[in-house]
Amino acid sequence: MTEPYVILIGLEVHVQLLTRSKLFCGCSTRFGAPPNTQTCPVCIGMPGSLPVINRQAVQLALRTAVALNCTIPRSTKWDRKQYFYPDLPKGYQISQYDLPLSHCGWLEISDPKGAFASKRVGITRAHLEEDAGKSMHDEAVGRADSRIDLNRAGTPLLEIVSEPDLRSPAEAKCYLTELKLLLGYLGVSDCNMQEGSLRVDANINLHVGTADGPVPTPIVEVKNMNSFRAVERALSYEAERQWRLWQELGVRLGEPGGHKTTRGWDEGRQATYEQRAKEESSDYRYFPDPDLLPVVLPEETVESVRASLGELPAALRARLETGYGITPYDADVLVNQGRALVDYYLAVADACGDGKTACNWIQQGVLRWLNDRQTTIDAYPVPATEFAALLKAVLAGELTTSRGREVLAEMIDHGETVEQAMKRLGIERVDEAELETLCRRLLEANPKIVAQVQAGKEKAVGSLIGQAKKHNPNADPGRVKDICLKLIAGM
Amino acid sequence: MAITRDEVEKVSLLARLLLKEPELEQMTGQLGAVLEYIALLDEVDTANVEPMAHPLDVVDAFRDDEVQPSLDRERALANAPNRDDECYRVPAVLGVT
Amino acid sequence: MISLLDHTATILLRQLQAGALSAVELAQAYMDQIDRCDGTVKAFLHIHADSVLEQAERIDRKRAAGQPVGRLAGLPVAVKDLLCQEGQLTTCASHMLGNFHPPYDATAIRKLKEADAVLLGRTNLDEFAMGGSTENSAFQKTTNPWDPQRIPGGSSGGSAACVAARMAPLAVGTDTGGSIRCPAALCGVTGLKPSYGRVSRFGLVAFASSLDQIGPIAQTAEDCALLLEVLAGHDPNDSTSVNRPVPAYSLAVRRPLVGLRLGLVREHFGEGLDGEVEQAVREAIRVYESLGATVAEVSLPHSRYAVATYYIIASCEASANLARYDGAHYGYRTKEPAMLDELKHQRKQLHEAGDSAGLEALDSALIRMYRCSRSEGFGLEVKRRVMLGTYALSAGYYDAYYLKALKVRRLIHRDFQEAFKGVDLIVGPVTPTPAYKLGEKADDPLAMYLFDLYTASTNLAGLPGIAVPCGFSTGRLPIGLHLQAPPFEDERLLRAATMFQQATDWHTAAP
Repeated sequence: MTEPYVILIGLEVHVQLLTRSKLFCGCSTRFGAPPNTQTCPVCIGMPGSLPVINRQAVQLALRTAVALNCTIPRSTKWDRKQYFYPDLPKGYQISQYDLPLSHCGWLEISDPKGAFASKRVGITRAHLEEDAGKSMHDEAVGRADSRIDLNRAGTPLLEIVSEPDLRSPAEAKCYLTELKLLLGYLGVSDCNMQEGSLRVDANINLHVGTADGPVPTPIVEVKNMNSFRAVERALSYEAERQWRLWQELGVRLGEPGGHKTTRGWDEGRQATYEQRAKEESSDYRYFPDPDLLPVVLPEETVESVRASLGELPAALRARLETGYGITPYDADVLVNQGRALVDYYLAVADACGDGKTACNWIQQGVLRWLNDRQTTIDAYPVPATEFAALLKAVLAGELTTSRGREVLAEMIDHGETVEQAMKRLGIERVDEAELETLCRRLLEANPKIVAQVQAGKEKAVGSLIGQAKKHNPNADPGRVKDICLKLIAGM
Repeated sequence: MAITRDEVEKVSLLARLLLKEPELEQMTGQLGAVLEYIALLDEVDTANVEPMAHPLDVVDAFRDDEVQPSLDRERALANAPNRDDECYRVPAVLGVT
Repeated sequence: MISLLDHTATILLRQLQAGALSAVELAQAYMDQIDRCDGTVKAFLHIHADSVLEQAERIDRKRAAGQPVGRLAGLPVAVKDLLCQEGQLTTCASHMLGNFHPPYDATAIRKLKEADAVLLGRTNLDEFAMGGSTENSAFQKTTNPWDPQRIPGGSSGGSAACVAARMAPLAVGTDTGGSIRCPAALCGVTGLKPSYGRVSRFGLVAFASSLDQIGPIAQTAEDCALLLEVLAGHDPNDSTSVNRPVPAYSLAVRRPLVGLRLGLVREHFGEGLDGEVEQAVREAIRVYESLGATVAEVSLPHSRYAVATYYIIASCEASANLARYDGAHYGYRTKEPAMLDELKHQRKQLHEAGDSAGLEALDSALIRMYRCSRSEGFGLEVKRRVMLGTYALSAGYYDAYYLKALKVRRLIHRDFQEAFKGVDLIVGPVTPTPAYKLGEKADDPLAMYLFDLYTASTNLAGLPGIAVPCGFSTGRLPIGLHLQAPPFEDERLLRAATMFQQATDWHTAAP
């Protein structure tokens, strides 16, 4: 790096866990219902109502925490985080403060293109909490109020806080991509940013190299980023802004004017903007929620969760690289598609016996198809066994690559087996003797061409290939050429 | 530990109360007296004592992840001091007046 | 001649079961008594006048048709206005909830309905159960049926007073630091605060969640057993309700305890205890001795810290529990146009004065809405406790107040564990004096807090405690005896109290 500073980035990611019902009540977590139709006394925070923990939310959180290599304490408890906001109907959020469900983990990230060395990003903690509702500013003329929808209030969230271990916006994006992939493999969240089931806040500052050693600039928390690309851009913008500010003012963290601030990302302007500090410094007055009992997480439970995790992306990538001989880049492409596609790949590769060919064909033939249709592998019409049969035919030289593609297209369009598709295309294996007879006849009919070849113009044989194809569409052009040359040479 | 009028005012904002004179003065005096009484606890040696936040030493009360019927919207909004057909209404959250 | 209304609930239930009495007759008798007495006592905030007879008729029909009926079938019950009842005004004696109609039933209410009790009405309390005199109700001041100049105790003052005045045979109260036992003692009735976790808190509007418990108030411990049997039990909607079987309290209650060992708390017989109260309590202990009990002195060395500990913990929890009353989703909201006008006016003034710091600090409309709604909706005592709790939990004070109190709570709990190694029950006074005059402690919150001196530690430790009438002052004001048992020994408590009531007749006295 040529800049005289190091960037420090830590991310706070909120993911919505895939439960049917909310964290503390039986209301549905389904997205998109009409406002205030998925609420009850508990999530409205009505007087007298009491929370009861959703077992599945704890299970999913635990699954994630174990996969993030976190330490799981023997018991975890619930705290009230107090602040007033109309989308927080109880006046406090049930969260976890000093005894979170997990802490001290890590997630390994690496760039398949090698832009940075692979590294472990520390996970400070991952804890459960309830989501707030939604406030909407009313745009109607003459109305200066907000509308509150509590459907989302009480939805289970897992807050995953990383250490400030990320050194560039690209690393931050890579961390998010890897985290999202992991959560998908674990089946704990759908990570849909548009529906708010994955939200990112970033803390960023610089350590500027000076004669007296590195000096930290004030930390900025960046919010309102609605895609991973936006995170990357916002952080790049913010790093540059902080560098400029440092050069102009030289304010370091903790000095007057150097306290932590919050900025929002404006996607339209591609810039961050200062969010006015709240009217009072936040004092959340956390204390243990007396309505809830601690949750005990015995070693056996943690171990059984660990045993049930299945193969996670990092291990899967390693297996594809070493066991199937594909490049880290290709392994990454496949694994990023999710477990179902990898399973498809594995079935094809195992059956056809060539991991590399299977990988190429799947990237060309399957991924493109899925991408064009914005669908997933379950919708792909060719079963892995048939796909493998096709590759076997290609590998055996029974089909050229281009002919193979035509066959695949037929198989997709008509839901056919390799056999059926070949038949439909009239592709049959041409007997070597039959091919020789055909070539002999063509040479006899084209003495001029024979003469040209004999005069050293080997290319002239090309026009025979076209004629051979006309007689028999299954004739392999390469073979026709070889046979013709051989026959001419023997004349 | 005495509490000042200024601190009482700050706490009143934190608690989202609005205390005007003479209530503020009275509150300062009464809270001061209670805090003075509470200082009695200072004489208790609590070194190495585990805090007790709850009388029960029971753990693990869960519910299964099953969807239960929600309140009909009309019933949910019935007690709202200000509302429309779909939502609760409150003064603008953005701080505009 | 003994009137219908002087019968205990247990006897009335027997008559109902035998067909000697109809639910309608009984309900009518209590409605008449309410008409006669409640103008003075003011125990009820709301009487279900339109549905009481209907409920009673329905039960009579069920009985007549030979259908199975619930365990309290036809018995009228009054309920503290702190438990949510679907569609019924549930005010918590606060302007904040002056128009609040819950869309659901508290578990205790549901159980009463399932037991075919006749719900008479909602009784008065200190606002959100904060207080010891029921004077902190936003709506009315309940008087002591033994002396209308005096307080009934609190916070379940309405429930205790209506039983004392024979306006209901059974009442439901709640107890956070003595709120069932104190008014029961001051009104000369029996009141039980069950073990924490014995009765579901679902639908009980929370004051301090780790201390609150719903319990029965009645003429006798036997009647309390009858009602507790209905109220108690595990509730999947309350994580802190304990999953243990509910004993048949009402069957067990008449079985005397053999070899009962009573512990007399040394620290409870010192400074501050009224001489007549002490005398009555000591006399009661002699009654137990005459019944074969042994008495030993026990020490609860940290009992003098109970009130301070209690006020910190209860106020901290309350400050969070009451944060939901902010005028946004239900309950009282300030008049917005006036509020906005004032804000505009203040902004203009600050602007003209060039006070930029003042402008910066000026509330937004939303925050001002919160502050006005809460300040106008809550009474003084509630505000005091919310302030105390907010302060004690705020940055820099948490360790000194809240955490310190939790540690002392542990020590108080240990004192009880130690004491119960040698005795079965701990016995002493419920309150330091009989009922005081209305307004007497109104300007001295601390003096009022200290009235919970003997009862608050029960809640801190999660124990069951019962108040039993044990005498009168020379001014003919009731005095209560306080019994406490180890957690989930509610049955022991009820049996001990019944032993006493079989040997004495203090509980039969009516104002």
